[in-house]
Amino acid sequence: MTPIGHYLILSAILFAIGTAGVFFRRNLITILLSIEIMLNAVNLTFVAFGRQIGAVDGQVIVFFVMTVAAAEAAVGLAIVIALFRHRESLNPEAFTSLKW
Amino acid sequence: MLFYVFGGLAIVSALGVIGQRNPIYSVLALVLMFASLAGLYVVLDAPFTAVTQIIIYAGAIMVLFLFVVMLLNNPLEGHSPYDRSHPLRRTAAGRMGGVLAVMLVAELAWGLSRMVGAGAPVAGDVAAGAVVSSVREIGVKIFTDYRFAFEATSILILVAMIGAVVLARREEATR
Repeated sequence: MTPIGHYLILSAILFAIGTAGVFFRRNLITILLSIEIMLNAVNLTFVAFGRQIGAVDGQVIVFFVMTVAAAEAAVGLAIVIALFRHRESLNPEAFTSLKW
Repeated sequence: MLFYVFGGLAIVSALGVIGQRNPIYSVLALVLMFASLAGLYVVLDAPFTAVTQIIIYAGAIMVLFLFVVMLLNNPLEGHSPYDRSHPLRRTAAGRMGGVLAVMLVAELAWGLSRMVGAGAPVAGDVAAGAVVSSVREIGVKIFTDYRFAFEATSILILVAMIGAVVLARREEATR
């Protein structure tokens, strides 16, 4: 069997990739996709630890995380559509009216 | 061995998500990442979660993303006047974000390298051949121990649905 540490390292790498995407990309849709990558990295940790302790609780939590991700995607994409109507751009630097 | 195949595929496709300039290709690479994660869940003896991953993520959420990408028909990054600066040649705030990302990776690597029992195989406590993840068990757990979270989730979905409709609606009154 693969050691649990390998799953955690894979999850950490995926989470760091998602974080880098949020920081470096300048497209709102890609930033939302990076957030999905981070949520999935956490899901992998939940399932691996749940398997480790032999309980299904980890998978139940993953189920709830998926639900929250679906809600987040729906609201986030609605906000993206509303923002795109205002500025005709998906670049976060186009929406700096509240910045001082 | 399957772990390394699926894990490598997941990392490569995640890099593809943040490396593409065209959002369509990013979405498709993310679908590939979800598929490889579903494979990892099967390896971890969690077939219900694997199927849920494919149906909900790849089937529902990614279709929503694809719809929005095609609906907006946005030009590629770098073509609008807001896109002048290269990410590595930006202001102090941008550099600060990069430093924070590097710090996050370093701290995660440091913490994982010091973790006790990281070499223990997954499913060390489970007897060989025992099935720990039947759908029945998950269902019982959701509707007993986690029933409050389940009900709260249904309210969350309702709020998100109404919010999405309100936010994305065209303002008819102001025209």
